[in-house]
Amino acid sequence: MMASAMDEYTIKDKAAIVGIGETAYYKRGGAPVSEFRLALEAILRACEDAGIKPTDLDGVASYSNDRNDSVRVATALGLPELRFSNMFWGGGGGGGSGAIGNAAAAIAAGFATHVVVYRALAQGQFGRFGQTPAVNTISGPIAYTWPYGMSTPAQWIALRTRRFMHDHHVTQDALAAIAMACYQHAQSNPRAIMYGRPLTRAMYDESRWIVEPFHLYDCCLENDGAAAVILTGRDRARDLRQRPAWVMAAAQGSDFRQGAGAENLPDYTTSNFKTLAPRLYAMAEIAPNDVDVAQVYENFTGAVMTSIVEHGFCEGDGVMEFCTLDNLTAPRGKLPLNTSGGNLAECYMHGLELIIEAVRQVRGTSTAQVPDAEISLVASGPMVAPVSDLILHR
Amino acid sequence: MSENRGDGRKTYLPEGMPAPAPSRDGVDRGFYEAARRHELAVQRCQQCGTFQFPAEWICHKCHAFDPQWHRVEPRGKIYSFERIWHPAHPALKSACPYLVVVVELENAGGVRMVGNLLGDPMQNVRFDALVEAVFEDHPAGHTLIQWRTV
Repeated sequence: MMASAMDEYTIKDKAAIVGIGETAYYKRGGAPVSEFRLALEAILRACEDAGIKPTDLDGVASYSNDRNDSVRVATALGLPELRFSNMFWGGGGGGGSGAIGNAAAAIAAGFATHVVVYRALAQGQFGRFGQTPAVNTISGPIAYTWPYGMSTPAQWIALRTRRFMHDHHVTQDALAAIAMACYQHAQSNPRAIMYGRPLTRAMYDESRWIVEPFHLYDCCLENDGAAAVILTGRDRARDLRQRPAWVMAAAQGSDFRQGAGAENLPDYTTSNFKTLAPRLYAMAEIAPNDVDVAQVYENFTGAVMTSIVEHGFCEGDGVMEFCTLDNLTAPRGKLPLNTSGGNLAECYMHGLELIIEAVRQVRGTSTAQVPDAEISLVASGPMVAPVSDLILHR
Repeated sequence: MSENRGDGRKTYLPEGMPAPAPSRDGVDRGFYEAARRHELAVQRCQQCGTFQFPAEWICHKCHAFDPQWHRVEPRGKIYSFERIWHPAHPALKSACPYLVVVVELENAGGVRMVGNLLGDPMQNVRFDALVEAVFEDHPAGHTLIQWRTV
């Protein structure tokens, strides 16, 4: 009975990512056109990549309070009907994989047939991340941290990383290895903002502190641009232009009281994947060592480190042994990580670019291809709430 | 509060930072009233005894409404800390680096508070070091809760 119940309540292999599209990626504030236009360009490119007409789209999913409203998109593209319109709650990158999971679930449920997931950012047109708004008074949980100069994701993730490093005897070497792996992969990716700008350990060590233990190179970029992916169901996916990247599993959510303010989350150092990862692997019916390549959202290297641990690739006390440049780089590392350069070195498209790279790996078209990659994992959001993750397979 | 960071400023961070204010719905009024009296208060459920902070209308453990405000000892230990070098707010441009600590309060069910660690920003900070609260009154009328090692 258990097996049939599991079979019924799963999205495994019921949908696939069949199209990917990106605009050029610009420096923060550097987009020459409006954010909404960037979103449209990415969507059209994803349709072309898939080999479908834009008017075939009948579903939209996004995350992080994307400003480009689903109905405006449907109206602008003249979609005959919008059958699914979905926003994953929470900010930052926590919802990237969740939006894919929601799209796959909508297809499996029969709500829609072709769902586009998109994210667009133009920080010149709108406000900037990583800065505290100039206001006179504040209330609620942030009133317990902002007046003390603790207001940005870098600052709260640094506090939690610091404690994790203390508990598990981790040194700066692990963080440096993660940053250098991303930069190394970006050197073979002409789309990457940091293409042609390799990072040495000396450069890392000499770069300025943002907040200890994060140097400049431990922190994500800020960019303008847009990205989109298209999902469709099992029947249609096989007949389209590209090799499908099958959604093997997706999970989303948050651990016990992870939303407690003023650093009162009971499990203080978690990346928030402890409850998700077991569900993700159970749905995929695989184990961590079956994963060929991983894209882990880098807001900051410290949260990547804890995500690696919580997805079962090593123990907390094994970070120093596991998180080395050799282990984290394609083609032959134990866990090639962020093979396009990721948020640190390719582009900061709130992690949708990481999902696109996970698709490229199972298509076999990455610029840092892992040979015969079959199983490709994405972790979205670490150390925020909620978070989400995703496994694709060839 | 003359000990702030040894450079003569009366408060640890410069004026111009956002000032904390009670929420409009009143959920956290007890915390601010206590701070003005130079006392530290967190919620404690009168039904099951669970400590809770920040404030909420309901006890997360037993779901009794309106957890009471409970005075706690203004002491704890450093659970984590960081030295911040990049100013994320215009008022901090002349204040970097500065130290932020997460303090786990004594005898308060693991409740934590965030503040600055008074004294030299370059001091050697130790995990689990004992600290006590320093109530930092601001000209704008609010009181911040800072920490110093004991």
